[in-house]
Amino acid sequence: MKKILQMSFLALLFVIVLSACNSAPEESTNSSNTSGNTNESANSKSAEESAEDAVVRIAMSSELDSLDPHQSSGTDTGSMMNNVFDGLLDTNEAGELVPNIAKEYEVSEDNLTYTFKLVENAIFHNGEPVTAKDVVYSYSKLAGLDTGEPLSDKWAMVEKVEALGDYEVAITLDKIDSGFLARTISPIIPEGYTDQATHPIGAGPFKFVEYKIGQELVLERFDEYYMEDKVPEVKEARFVILPDEETAILAMQSGEIDIIPAISEQGVMQLGDKITTISGPQNMSVILGLNHQVEPLNDVKVRQAINMAIDKQQIIDTVFQGNATRIDSNFSPAMPVYYEDSVEGYYDLDIAGAKELLAEAGYPEGFDLTLTAPSHRAMYTDTAQMIAEQLKQINVNVIIEPIEWSTWLDRVYTQFDHESTLIGFTGKIDPYDILIRFVDGYSRNFIHYNNPAYNQAIENATLEVDETKRADYYKEAQRILTEDAASVFLLDPDRVTAMRKGLSGLKLYPMQKFNLEDLTIDE
Amino acid sequence: MATLLLKKLLSFCTTIFIVSLLIFFMFNILPGSPAQAILGIDADEQQIKILEEQLGLNQPLYVQYFDWIKGVFQGDFGESYKYRQPVTDILQDRMPVSFSLAMFSLMLTVLIGIPLGIFIAKEDGKLHSVALSILTQIGISTPSFWIGFILIWLFAVQLGLFPTHGYVPWSESFWGAVKSLFLPSLAIAIGNIAIVIRYLKNSVLDQAKQDYVRTAKVKGLSSNEIVYGHVLRNALLPVLTILGLITADTLGGSIIIENVFALQGLGSLLTTSIDSRDFPLIQSLILIISLIVIVMNFIVDLMYQVIDPRIRG
Repeated sequence: MKKILQMSFLALLFVIVLSACNSAPEESTNSSNTSGNTNESANSKSAEESAEDAVVRIAMSSELDSLDPHQSSGTDTGSMMNNVFDGLLDTNEAGELVPNIAKEYEVSEDNLTYTFKLVENAIFHNGEPVTAKDVVYSYSKLAGLDTGEPLSDKWAMVEKVEALGDYEVAITLDKIDSGFLARTISPIIPEGYTDQATHPIGAGPFKFVEYKIGQELVLERFDEYYMEDKVPEVKEARFVILPDEETAILAMQSGEIDIIPAISEQGVMQLGDKITTISGPQNMSVILGLNHQVEPLNDVKVRQAINMAIDKQQIIDTVFQGNATRIDSNFSPAMPVYYEDSVEGYYDLDIAGAKELLAEAGYPEGFDLTLTAPSHRAMYTDTAQMIAEQLKQINVNVIIEPIEWSTWLDRVYTQFDHESTLIGFTGKIDPYDILIRFVDGYSRNFIHYNNPAYNQAIENATLEVDETKRADYYKEAQRILTEDAASVFLLDPDRVTAMRKGLSGLKLYPMQKFNLEDLTIDE
Repeated sequence: MATLLLKKLLSFCTTIFIVSLLIFFMFNILPGSPAQAILGIDADEQQIKILEEQLGLNQPLYVQYFDWIKGVFQGDFGESYKYRQPVTDILQDRMPVSFSLAMFSLMLTVLIGIPLGIFIAKEDGKLHSVALSILTQIGISTPSFWIGFILIWLFAVQLGLFPTHGYVPWSESFWGAVKSLFLPSLAIAIGNIAIVIRYLKNSVLDQAKQDYVRTAKVKGLSSNEIVYGHVLRNALLPVLTILGLITADTLGGSIIIENVFALQGLGSLLTTSIDSRDFPLIQSLILIISLIVIVMNFIVDLMYQVIDPRIRG
């Protein structure tokens, strides 16, 4: 008996000891060959390893939905693959459009035709130059000009894309759409290239190397990138898919991960002084959506009462540990050009006032309200509980209904089957994409909001090409949403990015973008 | 034996058919469109419509089912909605991970669980045996993900002996594979070891009360001769059932542990495929998991007969 025991423990010890002894040579093999097992320690980075050869490993929580940029709509996918592709224009940290493949553009007098002049030294990762015909191919494909069916609603307004020369392209719309320019951040791909879904080719600062499903995406610096001052310092980027945040944190602690693009406050505390962080608003709006077709939420007084009874600051302090910005309309201050600040504090906490409003609306005893909260993120379920507590004070009895994400997408987002719900919308570079959600007739107006004045303001903004006037219309739309208490607009959570010491330069954008060309290595 | 095999085969086919039918229709009545689930909240209607057409979701449900089941009989499990690759290719990638994980943790379970179980039974009532029994209780009740994090923290972060996550294929590096599998296997094994110890201890003590043990004692056999020569053979029967279940369970998907260690096995594949309503993948995975459970039960049945000749009748 003792022998068996001894033998089994010896076998176990043998495995442990051998694995430990074997660690050093293994690490070097792994870092070059394998997926999530790059064991090269950040602390052990040798002095002679220059930034030129640096490999940066980034923890991502979700898989890519498609490598084909014209088929994908995943936010995380976009933030990774944005490094591989360039569009005609790009965005800066303030959310403004800046030149990219197009060095300049002109708009015709009737505001229907946009003419872009391209840079002449941009090349794709396959070595071919980026010319007008590639732009025609890419954007015609998005607009479905050959098939008659656009790949996305956002391209439905494009009537014609034509090359005016090797490096000049004209895009004509069938109606004025001031949001069109923002669409031109869409990727340009080589003409006729059809293997994007397996081996994507773009003209961005990084080229695609490989994607192991559910494991990692490997990108390599593109040394021939046309913007010489923006050729990345990092040689290789490995996006490692780590669905569990705790695993990502432990991997960072052991030196297997260099960057976590979105980390919780608790994670930051856990990593302590091993890391540096950057954080700021991410142009997201987390809202308590109120369905206007449900009684008594169809009464503006009831919606206002709910707004007045919810203490946003308390939610920010407890659920988000203070790392969020209060919003009062469906718009974040992260986009200062379009942000309407007059709505700030419109519904201050006023329990007595809220009760009065409820009584006026005919609900002095309160009512029951079902809150359908997606259960895949703690931020929704935690916020739901907080709201339930707060609304108790005005006798609104909140019944929380946690719901799985795909079911939420179907029931709430597609069929509008809910009384109230919690959701956060990721930032968009065009305010139209943010505010369209509340236009009557829009297929994802999941709160059934309908206010002709609001619809008009959005339409006016779409038809207005003067930037200041356009911003004014969007601001007007925000005021209407707030005054109507269309929903409860809660907050924009900060995005906190953790980097190992020695890395810097990353910037925050008002959309989910993870720009590796910004990254610098201090060592 | 031939009749038995035939019977088993028949019940096996019926079970698989019923499972396939249940799974197909059960998942298809779940709310959620695969296209919307794959593309997410930012997709517009047009994008969803195009993807639905590409995936053939416009076809009636029974047509989709028959297309799929017809393919299965021809060895073609269809194409994954999410990954746009043949399901068989994806499974080929994932199977080795789950298989290695299951075998490794089974090895640890048997190597540690059985000797410890016998030891505790033999020393029943003594202080160290009681202490070990308490430990097994803790082992059973501690969630495996928590054990996983503790193991990562201790062996990977503090001691740097193992990687925190990921899987290295055997073909790439033998020791790399061992290292990448050791902690997750141990995290799974700890609970299972505790279960095996409990079963074995009870089973051994149960057998010790039997008449044949008394006879053996009267015949003057030593306690080791009684335990290893007679008791163990009978005591191992219920443990074998448990081991079969444990293996099937681990092979079928250690969902949480695979997530904690970012291992791309069948378990993590099942969760992502349910999230994205990837029906061809879900159906095939559950079919395979059912197959594993049935085959494991069959193997256990066979082993029963090897261990206890009385069952053969």
